[in-house]
Amino acid sequence: MKLLRDLFKDFRFTLSFIVLMIIMILALLSFFSPYDPTLWYVVPRDLRPSAEHLLGTDSNGQDIFWQATFAVRNSLVVSLISGLVSRAIAVLIGMIAGYKGGSIDRVLMFVGDSLLVIPLVLIFVMLAMMVRQSMTLVTLGLMLAAFGWAWDARLIRSMVLSLREREFTKTAALSGTGTVKLVLKEYMPFTMPLVFSTLINNMSWAIGIEMFLAILGLVNLNIPTLGTMLNWALHYQSILLGRWWWILTPVLLSLLVFIALYWLSVSVSEYLDPRTRIQRVGA
Amino acid sequence: MNFLKRYLLPRMISYFLVIWLGITVVFFIPRLTPNDPVIRMIDQMRARGSTLEPGAMDDIMADLTRMYGLEGSWIEQYGDMWGRLIRGDFGVSFFQFPTPVSQLIGNALPWTLGLLLSTTAITWIFGNILGGIAGYYTRKRWSRVLDTVAMVIRPLPYYIFAFTLLLLFAYLVRWFPITGGASLGALPSFTWEYIMDVLWHSFLPALSLIVLGGVVVFQTMKLLVQNVNAESFVQYAKLGGVTEDRIVGKYIIRNAMLPQITGLALSFGQIFSGALITEIVFGYPGLGMLLYRAILNGDYNLIMGITILSIVGITTAILVVDLTYPLLDPRIRYV
Repeated sequence: MKLLRDLFKDFRFTLSFIVLMIIMILALLSFFSPYDPTLWYVVPRDLRPSAEHLLGTDSNGQDIFWQATFAVRNSLVVSLISGLVSRAIAVLIGMIAGYKGGSIDRVLMFVGDSLLVIPLVLIFVMLAMMVRQSMTLVTLGLMLAAFGWAWDARLIRSMVLSLREREFTKTAALSGTGTVKLVLKEYMPFTMPLVFSTLINNMSWAIGIEMFLAILGLVNLNIPTLGTMLNWALHYQSILLGRWWWILTPVLLSLLVFIALYWLSVSVSEYLDPRTRIQRVGA
Repeated sequence: MNFLKRYLLPRMISYFLVIWLGITVVFFIPRLTPNDPVIRMIDQMRARGSTLEPGAMDDIMADLTRMYGLEGSWIEQYGDMWGRLIRGDFGVSFFQFPTPVSQLIGNALPWTLGLLLSTTAITWIFGNILGGIAGYYTRKRWSRVLDTVAMVIRPLPYYIFAFTLLLLFAYLVRWFPITGGASLGALPSFTWEYIMDVLWHSFLPALSLIVLGGVVVFQTMKLLVQNVNAESFVQYAKLGGVTEDRIVGKYIIRNAMLPQITGLALSFGQIFSGALITEIVFGYPGLGMLLYRAILNGDYNLIMGITILSIVGITTAILVVDLTYPLLDPRIRYV
């Protein structure tokens, strides 16, 4: 609890926390939606915001408010799948490479470094072009996860490298603790803060890539996400036709999500770095 | 001699290994998916309403298979691809048949190079100067204001930022053109009018890249300078009465600069994939636009060509930085 109290002293953390809570509530509201998000022409088209349709309706005949709740939920689902799975890969690879060392380490780090060098955006474009028809939220999330672990695996590896030299490793190993148990029980707690702060970064990266692919029309456009909403609004020239309520909904929502995630990650990593922590908390 | 064996040789091997791995990934991606590009192409031809005689279909399928390099087993195809790549042959574009991919890339490359080389350089110089000053005078009021501005701009999604610029300055206030790299019908030449025309067209795309990229450079440089400033040798120099100019110029900037030089090389390497979103939003006729059209048309050869170029570009940039590091940082010696 002291941790949370310290974190809330930073206005950026408080603000982004509140924004993310609102976003979460919005995403949860989608379960109570009166409309099916995949059906078209369920409400009259191109209505301005009113009491009946809070954010108006779009040219596909969908209610923008309820569509937005699905979009937020789906974008969060993709980013969570990508974030959690790539964290699992990063922890696994980072720990194996760091603890085993030698040629396993060299091979794993070579693969990781290659992923950092290869223009991932182009690889995603090619992959998405190939599986566009059969792409679901899960496959998209897994695809992002498969390429998004390299840098964080390197961070965890270097952490394990230094943990391995500590006294308690020898104590544990000499008292007969198995490798798996040692790594999971003794090293895991040290890496958790790092895993958490990189999780936020990876999530916002995943939402960004999803939007990028959606704008290019490379995802399944019938699944509402922040990216596909934007794509439809642009597709129907909502700016030229003055349908500001349509285009502004995904734009403002994604701005909120990106800024909140970024501020959250900055304030958490500043808190984790003891040098800046002293300045901030004043302890 | 020692340098060659202990450093250069392993480094060159890893350079070629990364390129090999990247291109192999690019080779296997289309082959891992269940849909056959030949069938897809034929479906698209049918969808456009062209009818074929029964015999012609087999010929076309055989032609397409050869064109896509899909003859024989995977191993044969793989060897074949490398044979062509080494000769500098990226195949022909499917949708602008029979223009070779290398020619299309060659036409688009000058536009992208012109825009991205200049914006990358401007971004880096401005970001570093501002970040350096703001990092040295952390406690000043304007330094904090700059920091807050950077905190707001940094997470903005590039697409939305660029699009807003376009709406504001080309649609609402018509100061800049809405699309294109030069006025229609303007012939490329080294005249004052033509150069001004190109600059005028590239102002908004350049601005969007410089602002969003500059913020990142600014933030890293500020952090680096702050960290170096807190080191004991700087404190010692201050106590020893070394002039401030000398401390900043010789001690702080020099140390903080090194990671930034790596960053510069990396962003130069990124140039070869083009600024995809920038060029789409502003209708700029470079590599990104070429790539976008290739994506829309499913022109796989063209995408593959640009990707391979980009992989080679970025790995070479990193290699060059690694090899020139000893010149910049006297502490590093490859002996």
